[in-house]
Amino acid sequence: MQRIGVFVCHCGTNIAATVDVSKVAEAAKHEPGVVYAVDYTYMCSENGQNLIAQAIKDYGLTAIVVCSCSPRMHEATFRAVAEKAGINPFMVEIANIREQCSWVHKDMEEGTPKAITLMKTAVAKVNLDSPLQEGESTVTKRALVIGGGIAGIQTALDIADAGYKVDIVEKLPSIGGRMSQLDKTFPTLDCSSCILTPRMTEVNQNPNIRIFTYSEVTDVSGFVGNFTVQITKHSRSVRAEDCTGCGICTSKCPSRKTPNEFNRGLDTRPAIYIPFAQAIPNVPVIDKEHCIHFKTGKCGICSKVCPSHAVDYELKDEIIEEKYGAIVVATGFDMIDLHKFGELGYGVSKDVVSSIELERLMNAAGPTSGHLERMSDHKQPKEMVFIQCVGSRCAPDDRRGKTYCSKICCMYTAKQAILIKDHYPDTNIHVFYIDVRTPGKNFDEFYRRAVEQYGVDYIKGNVGKVTPLPNGKLHVHGVDLLDQKDVEIDADMVVLAGAIEPNPDIRKLATMLTLSIDNNNFLNEAHAKLRPVEAATAGVFMSGVVQGPKDIPETVAQAGAAAIKVVGLLAKDKLKTNPCIAEPDELYCNGCSVCANVCPYGAITYVDKEIRDHGLRETRRIASVNSALCKGCGACSVACPSGAMNLKGFTNRQIMAEVDTVCQ
Amino acid sequence: MGEITQYSYFPGCTLKTKARDLDRYARSCAAKLGAELVEPEMWQCCGGVYPLGSDEIGNKLSSVRALNDAKEHGLELVTVCSACYHVIKRVNDDMANVPDIQTRANNYAQFDEPYKGETKVLHYLELLRDRIGFDKVKEAVTKPLTGKKIGAYYGCLLLRPSKILQFDDPENPSIMEDFISAIGATPVRYQMRNECCGGYRSMENRALSDKLVGKIFTDAKNAGCEELITACPLCWYNLNQYQGPDKLPVRYMTEVLAEALDLLEAKPDPAELDGVSCACMHEAGKEA
Repeated sequence: MQRIGVFVCHCGTNIAATVDVSKVAEAAKHEPGVVYAVDYTYMCSENGQNLIAQAIKDYGLTAIVVCSCSPRMHEATFRAVAEKAGINPFMVEIANIREQCSWVHKDMEEGTPKAITLMKTAVAKVNLDSPLQEGESTVTKRALVIGGGIAGIQTALDIADAGYKVDIVEKLPSIGGRMSQLDKTFPTLDCSSCILTPRMTEVNQNPNIRIFTYSEVTDVSGFVGNFTVQITKHSRSVRAEDCTGCGICTSKCPSRKTPNEFNRGLDTRPAIYIPFAQAIPNVPVIDKEHCIHFKTGKCGICSKVCPSHAVDYELKDEIIEEKYGAIVVATGFDMIDLHKFGELGYGVSKDVVSSIELERLMNAAGPTSGHLERMSDHKQPKEMVFIQCVGSRCAPDDRRGKTYCSKICCMYTAKQAILIKDHYPDTNIHVFYIDVRTPGKNFDEFYRRAVEQYGVDYIKGNVGKVTPLPNGKLHVHGVDLLDQKDVEIDADMVVLAGAIEPNPDIRKLATMLTLSIDNNNFLNEAHAKLRPVEAATAGVFMSGVVQGPKDIPETVAQAGAAAIKVVGLLAKDKLKTNPCIAEPDELYCNGCSVCANVCPYGAITYVDKEIRDHGLRETRRIASVNSALCKGCGACSVACPSGAMNLKGFTNRQIMAEVDTVCQ
Repeated sequence: MGEITQYSYFPGCTLKTKARDLDRYARSCAAKLGAELVEPEMWQCCGGVYPLGSDEIGNKLSSVRALNDAKEHGLELVTVCSACYHVIKRVNDDMANVPDIQTRANNYAQFDEPYKGETKVLHYLELLRDRIGFDKVKEAVTKPLTGKKIGAYYGCLLLRPSKILQFDDPENPSIMEDFISAIGATPVRYQMRNECCGGYRSMENRALSDKLVGKIFTDAKNAGCEELITACPLCWYNLNQYQGPDKLPVRYMTEVLAEALDLLEAKPDPAELDGVSCACMHEAGKEA
C-alpha cells in the first residue's frame, strides 16, 4: 500500500476562487492510501516545493498527488521535487483542477465537487503507480542535412562551426537552391549570388562538411541519436575526382535542345552540363534522358574531348549507408505550375512569365544576359503588368491554388518593379494586388519607395483575362476595386507572382522519417509556437520553406535555430529515454500484428520466444517494443484485442481505476 | 456500332425552331454512333434562364418533370443546348441538395415517388466523350475535317458555376478541343473561348453584345481559327448577328460532327422555322 500525500494548490485565485481548496484537501484525507493532505497558495513556489519535500520526509510518503494546473506546466517541477526528496519521479500524479475545472466553472458549487473527483482519480491512479527508470541511448556525433539550398547550407555551416560533422544531401547536381536563381534580394537589393556564393564555397571547404550532390535519401531507420540513412548517389557519368571542371565537354556536346532547368526553361542546355557558373561541385553531369550516347549508343564526343578522361558512361548509381545522430529537413520549395491559370495566359503567350522566370530574365547570367526583353520578339517591354497572389489565398475548395499567403511575393514584386524602373525608367508598371503585405524590417518603406519614388501603379483588384493581341501586345482585363471600374491595359509583358509550395519530395521523406505534414505538404512542428524547428519525430528538425513560406532572412534565422537544436543534441553523450513506453504482456500476446499496424513510429516488431504458460512450453510469435523508438502514444494498448499491450505509467489497470473513480 | 444504348433526350424549345441543325444532327449522329435519343412526351421549355430566386420553384418544375421522366424510364438525360444543360443540371442539384426546394417541388408535382436528383444529366459532348468515347467517334468518322482549324467557343453557360456543372475546368476547358481532334480537324485554343457573348442582354443592348463578340472573334482569328463551333443557340445567335471585323463562320458542333460522319443534309426551308417558337428567340430574330 502506498503512503500518499495530496497537495492542493490555490494558484492565487485562479483555482481558489471557484474551488474550495480546503474542502478538496479535507476530502483527500478519506481516500485510500492518503496519509497527508494540505492546501497552499502557490505549490510551484519555492515555499510550496519545500512544503512537499518536507512532507515526503516527515510522513514517509511513497507517492504524491499535486492538485494544480495542467501537467504541461509543472509536472516536471513536481517530479524534480519528488526525486530530490528521495522518491521515484514517476510516483507523482498531477490532478489538473485549473484549466478544465476552476477556469471553466462559475462558482464553487460546480467547481469543488469536480475538483474532488479529479483529485480522487489521481489518487486511484497513483495507488497503482510503480517506480520507472529512464533508459539511456548513445548519440552518433554526425548530422544529416537534407537539401542544399540556403536553409541547408546555413544549417550545415552552423553545425560544422560548432565542431560537429555534417553531411548535406542535395538532389540536384549543385547546391545553391532557389536563392542561386534569384537576381537581387529585398529590401537591400544585394545581389543574390554575391551573398550566396561565399556560403557555398565555405560549405565546400569546411572539413566538417561533406556534400552529396545529385543524391537522394532513399531509406531511413533508427531513432534519435541513432539514425541509419541510405543515400543513393546518382551517377553523373563523370568521375568527380578526375574532372577539372574545364567545361570543354559541355561546349562540344551536340545535343543542345534540353530546356535549361536553372533558367526555368527560358533557354536550352547541352545534355552534359554544369547547372550554373558558380555550381558546387563544379563537375558536369550527363542528363541520360537527353544524351545521344545513352539514347543510341553513338556520339561519345564528351568522352573523346575530355582532357582528363573523366567521362565514364559505365558509372553506376552508388548506394551508401551512414549513421547520424540528428537529421535536418531543408527541402525547400518551388513555384506552383501556372499552366492551370490559362485565363492569365501562361503557356499561351511567351510574354506571360512567372516571377522566378523574370528573375532569370533580369540576371546577368540569365538567358538574356540581364537585358529585360520579351521572349517572343526580344523587344524591351515598355508596359508591364504584375499580377500578385496567383494561386495564393484561394478559397479552400479551389482546385488550382493554395489557401495560404505565400508571404514573399509582395516584397519581390516591389523589388522587381523597382529594379526595372531603375534600369528602364520609361517603363510603365502596373501591379494588381489583393493586399500588399509588408511586415518585416524596412519592408514597408521599401514598398512605399516603389509607389512614391518610382511611381509604380498599384491597382487593388484582380485580373480576369490576358489575351494576346494581333500587334503582339497582351490585353489585360482586370478590375480596380477602389475605383469600381474595369481596367484594360495593353501590356508588353505580364508577370505572375505564383504561389510557392513545398518540394513534392517531402511526402516521400515524411513517410521515411514518420513526420507529420499539413494539407499543403508543409511540415508540422512539434509545437507551433514553442518548438518551431523540431519535428514531431525526436531528432528531426526543419529549416526553411519546408515548414512554411518565408524569405531569406527568416530562413537563415531558422537554419541557425535548427542548427543549435542539432548541436544541443549532438553535444550529449547519452540520451535519456522516456520510460512511459509500451510493454507487451507476453502471456497474453498472440502475435496478431494489430499493434504494429497502428504504431506510428515503427517501434513494434515480432520475435519468436519460448513461453511457459500453465505448464505448457511453446514458441510463440510475440510483440516486442523498441524502447528507443516508442513514444508512449498508447495507440497499441488501445488497439490490442487481448489487452496484452500496456503503457508503463498508464497501464490498463490504472486507466480503469480512474474511470471507476469518475463513475462512482 | 455495337449495342444501341438509350438516353432520354431533352431537345429544348430553341432546337425545335431556330436551332434545328443542332437538333437533327444531334439525333442522326447519335444514331450512327449507337446511342438512341428518346424524346420524352409532353416536355416543356426549361425556362431558358436558371431562376436565382431561392424561393422560386415554378420556373424549375418543367426541368424537374423532365428529370423525373428520365428517372422513371431508368435513363440518363442528355441535352445539347447549353442553356438547357445549365438550367436542368442546376435544378437537379437543387433537387438533390436543397431540402426546401426538393420538398416544395415534390409537394407540387406529386410524382409516384418523390424526385431527389437521381437522374444523371449529360451534355451531348459528355455523351460523346464519356459514354460513346471520342476514340469511337474517331473510328466512325468517314470524312475527317483534316486541316480545318476550328476554334471551340464554350461561352459561359456550359462551364459555370463550375462546382455544380462540373463540366470542365472553367478557365481551361478542353472537352470541345478534344472533340475537334476526334473529328479530324485541328483545334485552335484561344483565350476568349470561355468569355460571355452577351447572352440575353443582346435583346435590349445589341451594342454590348457586339462589343463582347467582337473581342471573341478578334482573338479567335488572331489565334488562327478558320471557324468557330458552339453548342449554344444563344451564342450562335449573338455570334452570327455580329457584322463587324474579324467575323468568322460559326456552326453548331453537331453540324460539324455530321459533316465528319457524312450525314449532312440539305438546309431546310427558312419558312419552316415559323412554327412553334420559343418566345424570346423568336422576338430576337424579328428585331434583328
